[in-house]
Amino acid sequence: MFDFLSKYDDPSVLGAFWVTIQLTVLSAIGSLIWGTFLAAMRVSPVPLMRGFGTAYVNIVRNIPLTVIIVFTSLGLADIFGMTMGASEDFAVKNFRLALLGLVAYTAAFVCEAIRSGINTVPVGQAEAARAIGLSFSQVLRLVVLPQAFRSVIGPLANVLIALTKNTTVAAAIGVAEAALLMKEMIENEAQTLLIGAIFAFGFVVLTLPTGLILGWLSKRLAVKR
Amino acid sequence: MTSVLYDAPGPKAKRRNLLFSVIFFVLLALLLWWVWQTLDDKNQLQWSLWKPFTTSEAWTTYLLPGLADTLKAAALAMVIALPLGAVLGILRLSDHRWVRIPAGAVVEFFRAIPVLLLMLFANEFYVRSTGIPSDERPLYAVVTGLVLYNASVLAEVVRAGILSLPKGQSEAAMAIGLRKSQTMTSILLPQAVTAMLPAIVSQLVVIVKDTALGGVMLGFTELLNTRSTLAANYANVIPSFIVVAVIFIVLNFILTSFASWLEGRLRRSKRSTGAVLGADKVDDVNAAEVGDTYGTGAEGRI
Amino acid sequence: MKLRKVSAAAATALVLALTATACGGDNGGDSNGSGSGGGDKIKIGIKYDQPGLGLKEPDGSFSGFDVDVATYVAKELGYEPNQIEWVETKSADRENALSRGDVKMIAATYSITDERKQKVDFAGPYLLAHQDLLVKKDSDITKATDLNEKKLCSVAGSTSAQNVKDDFAPKAQLDQRGGYSECLAALQSGGVDALTTDDSILAGYAAQEQYKGQFKLAGLKLSNENYGIGVKKGDKATLDKINAALEKMVSDGSWEKAVKENFGPANYKNEPAPKIGQIVQ
Repeated sequence: MFDFLSKYDDPSVLGAFWVTIQLTVLSAIGSLIWGTFLAAMRVSPVPLMRGFGTAYVNIVRNIPLTVIIVFTSLGLADIFGMTMGASEDFAVKNFRLALLGLVAYTAAFVCEAIRSGINTVPVGQAEAARAIGLSFSQVLRLVVLPQAFRSVIGPLANVLIALTKNTTVAAAIGVAEAALLMKEMIENEAQTLLIGAIFAFGFVVLTLPTGLILGWLSKRLAVKR
Repeated sequence: MTSVLYDAPGPKAKRRNLLFSVIFFVLLALLLWWVWQTLDDKNQLQWSLWKPFTTSEAWTTYLLPGLADTLKAAALAMVIALPLGAVLGILRLSDHRWVRIPAGAVVEFFRAIPVLLLMLFANEFYVRSTGIPSDERPLYAVVTGLVLYNASVLAEVVRAGILSLPKGQSEAAMAIGLRKSQTMTSILLPQAVTAMLPAIVSQLVVIVKDTALGGVMLGFTELLNTRSTLAANYANVIPSFIVVAVIFIVLNFILTSFASWLEGRLRRSKRSTGAVLGADKVDDVNAAEVGDTYGTGAEGRI
Repeated sequence: MKLRKVSAAAATALVLALTATACGGDNGGDSNGSGSGGGDKIKIGIKYDQPGLGLKEPDGSFSGFDVDVATYVAKELGYEPNQIEWVETKSADRENALSRGDVKMIAATYSITDERKQKVDFAGPYLLAHQDLLVKKDSDITKATDLNEKKLCSVAGSTSAQNVKDDFAPKAQLDQRGGYSECLAALQSGGVDALTTDDSILAGYAAQEQYKGQFKLAGLKLSNENYGIGVKKGDKATLDKINAALEKMVSDGSWEKAVKENFGPANYKNEPAPKIGQIVQ
């Protein structure tokens, strides 16, 4: 029943999922950084930065991810010549473009999660910080964000799980991750259901532990008040 | 606008903010200018590429039917997923283990699988075991996939909303003799839904966007799919993507604006109940009001 | 308090009304496609996005060689043009659409191959095309081996680019895109150096107004693609009727006329009409 799997060795199912994991981890890190910057912009004293942050989130969040990913390839790479330092190797270039698209998209959601985390920090904390003379960036970096992060681990876990599944969209520009291999298999084998089940199982294996571990972590790290 | 995060700007800070604003503005303008120039260099701003969008045929033949299918699938999925999600969320809070555990398993399972795969399975299921005509099957499959996934996510949102309510609410309800089901439907659920509205709305936006997944593998004629037919005709791939992206932004903007209007309405008389404020409202609200509440708004589900 | 409830109810009603009207729209006018003859409709699978072969025009009509062939065949089977219901069948979905019975036949640049013959039956062939390269007008790519170190665009899931890489240019860079339109946009902006698929398809794209004079076909016959009309496996009766119709189409000159109409503007030099059942390897 699973004989056909041995036909696929470049990449194999495991290899394809390994690319999925790489995409997930790298774009998780990238979107966490960029998303935090965006959140900082949205609460910053500079009106124009606030405006930019708000506009960014509202625009990027409302576009289907497929469109964003295709744009990185057709727009950024082809028109603007941003080949991400890999103009000669398409596999690497498309991987990096997909990474960029995923980071740009996911950061909007990370930003909103962190912003709601900022809400959970008691107002006294920020007031006390200002009272001892800390500047805006110090208030944010030293007092508010560390507490905010700990309270939004739950929501961030949701973002991470969604991100894991969203990496499948990278297949649209030919990144050899799990969904592309699945597409290829479905086209060549007449076993749509079985193939779908194999890949569904793969994603369950990836996402369930993530949710459980981060759920446990969010309870452990919660700021006791 | 004032915020607890920084002091009201004095003269020096005002100057500094102005300077930052100017620098930021210049950088942004330079970027936009470069984007415009490059687009022009690559002939993407030619009128002939954009002209099709001024003809009525481009809209009536390709974009509007696609948009209609997108809206149809999204509306159906929303109407089914919202109540189903509420029910699943409540079941997961049940006092009975045999209700709680299966509900939890269903939610966790469907949340873990990519929506695209759920749509694919649904499609195969409908082929094998029902007589749905082939031209309607993609719609059924897309809606089924969207409902299964989004109902699970909404279940979690509702559950988090109910858990975030002060315990006094259910205690008071019990004290005046309401049954468990009455407590849930007339006390807890309305408050939870109001409190979680930002998260629910962002999930509805996700539904609208995810209809696009049905076009790629199931041949569902939604907006992105009809866009590719349009682009094949007018040979304007990049402009067509831009137009479709703008349509999606406008569509979702209308959805979120409607929701925040509704939210304002629903919340008006709730100031004193300790209902949770959504993160979308942070701009308008001094953080002091939300400082000690549970941060549940805009969970940023994708 | 009261107003709040009323507006919430109004909002709910609005949503429900929207859905109700949305649902109402799709119930009209569908009939079941598996029946044949009489006043029934016939469902035929075509491509919607290939100029010259199968294209959905801005006025909602369909044009192209595949469409003309299918229309002729349908007429021989007893269906007037207004009884035909066109269905878009993407490459990945063609075999499934036939085996499920979603469509009666498929004429969508459907090359007859041994793998596909295991899943569906083919009538025809009705056209012999060749895999070729589309390059920019001033490109120095003239043969397949020139593709070494060059960027070759292909559509995700399609094997034609992989074949070129395997057989002729092992050092070619394959760039997978979502569709041929995307490949053309990339070719135009210089993102890729060449695009490969059947010459009949490439000619149609190159002849589009936006691209006119920018591209050329390399004129290589890298493979033989025998376009057939796919029918459900085992549907011998339909198969024979389609073959008879195709023979008639060639003998009464309609085939030649359709070729001229559809490929003429694209300057595509087609092969003469293939004999039914004769597959050029």
